Amino acid sequence: MTRTEILIELKKVFAPYTTNKEMLDSINDETDLIKDLKINSANLVDIIIDAEAKYDIEIDYDSADKIINVGTCIDLIMEKLKQDK
Amino acid sequence: MSKRIVVTGLGVVSPNGIGIPAFLHAIQNGISGIKFMPHYRELNFSCQLAGMPAFEWEGLKNYISDVTFHGLKGTNIGYGIAAALDAWADSGMGYETDEPRWETGCVFGNSIADTEAMKNVINRVDSKEVKKLGSRVVEQAMNSGVTSYISGRLGLGNKVITNSAACATGTQAILMGYEYIKHGYAKRMLVGSAEHVDTYVYGSFDSMRVLSRKFNDYPEQASRPMSSTAGGFIPGSGAGALVLEDLDFALQRNARIYAEVLGGSSNSGGQRLGGTMTAANSTGVIRCIDEALASSGVSPQQIDTISGHLTATNADKQEIQNWTQALNRKGDDFPLTNSLKSMIGHCLSAAGSIESVAAILQIEHQFVHPNINLEDPNPEITNMVGIDCLPVKMIKKEVNIVAKANFGFGDVNSCIILSKFN
Repeated sequence: MTRTEILIELKKVFAPYTTNKEMLDSINDETDLIKDLKINSANLVDIIIDAEAKYDIEIDYDSADKIINVGTCIDLIMEKLKQDK
Repeated sequence: MSKRIVVTGLGVVSPNGIGIPAFLHAIQNGISGIKFMPHYRELNFSCQLAGMPAFEWEGLKNYISDVTFHGLKGTNIGYGIAAALDAWADSGMGYETDEPRWETGCVFGNSIADTEAMKNVINRVDSKEVKKLGSRVVEQAMNSGVTSYISGRLGLGNKVITNSAACATGTQAILMGYEYIKHGYAKRMLVGSAEHVDTYVYGSFDSMRVLSRKFNDYPEQASRPMSSTAGGFIPGSGAGALVLEDLDFALQRNARIYAEVLGGSSNSGGQRLGGTMTAANSTGVIRCIDEALASSGVSPQQIDTISGHLTATNADKQEIQNWTQALNRKGDDFPLTNSLKSMIGHCLSAAGSIESVAAILQIEHQFVHPNINLEDPNPEITNMVGIDCLPVKMIKKEVNIVAKANFGFGDVNSCIILSKFN
């Protein structure tokens, strides 16, 4: 899976949790989940759970702490997908 | 302490009507909201009926953001949000605010989180999948979930309190809101209560053998308060909400005024003198009604209508006797008395607020709603009060003052006195 493919999928994962739907279409690596997408920090947990189910991966607590913006999200998913192979 | 407190908004999610127009139509025409529940038959419940509101869950998106809606599972919370926000809008106010509304608080009651929704939590934990629970469980499991969602949506910044007093919860919430305004703590209080009787709560009542079991094939006839054939209550679900305001505060913004809350009382029989966990101490009940009258400056003779607790158990007779003693009125001198439970069943925590909405609509539209299923009144009741005091058809008449009471497990009582606004 390429970064672009993951980005497209991630938009679907973020959609139920962002109150800034207009911004969702134009997200890039630098988009901050909390500041830009206005995601409630408590909901990051739900995003991780949804991503785990979607990609059939497991994101441990320490890795989850690295999720700050869209770029680090994609990094993490790519890394986990690679590990699983 | 000369403050007057008025009702400026109403909202309701009732088994026989959602929203004030539908509910008003239903209570004027004696429309039952009791339905057969096939699932309860499969579960071997003795009572297989319920008053379930025809609530469209997706409709909650009209009240809360998509983000909040996503992951909301607590049915009681959904009912509470709809009723409370409808009452707010009915009061002529918008939902949005950037600043907290420091002058407005909320007392909203309920009895238990939606245990059907909580079942998912139990299953996940037991199957060692706690990581998959996510962030939205605690806010819905906590008893203050209902008030948290309501006050968060509207930015309420005064006292936000979740009360719980079994079947007296709704009436008590109204009284608490009244007291906070009366004592000058708040200018406006959004008050009410919500209940969702899920399978597990329902089953627990069923096992107590306090539910009606002989009318499963005739749902609409099954809830029969004060009747000779009353055989227990039918659990109901829903929510009722009222906006209470300091009179001057309401007049300043030209709010519509439905009615005035004159006063009330909430006490307990202490589970003494015949009172138990499940039965009311009559001395406590009579004291509660008398205190409500005294705090309202109303004489027993001024009561036009009683909106009773009257669940269709053998406690109905005792309740009527308590009213006759508290008011010192009997026979044909007894006030017109009705039980909304004949149409919607017993909505437990939500009973007091839904029934209070009905009481206020009777004041607003000058009528007394019928008791349905009372073609065979219990002679032990009609020995005490005139049969014409228990209307079986809607009566159009001047209604100035209504006494509304509820009595709950734990031997708790609540009574409020509502009046036409003059």
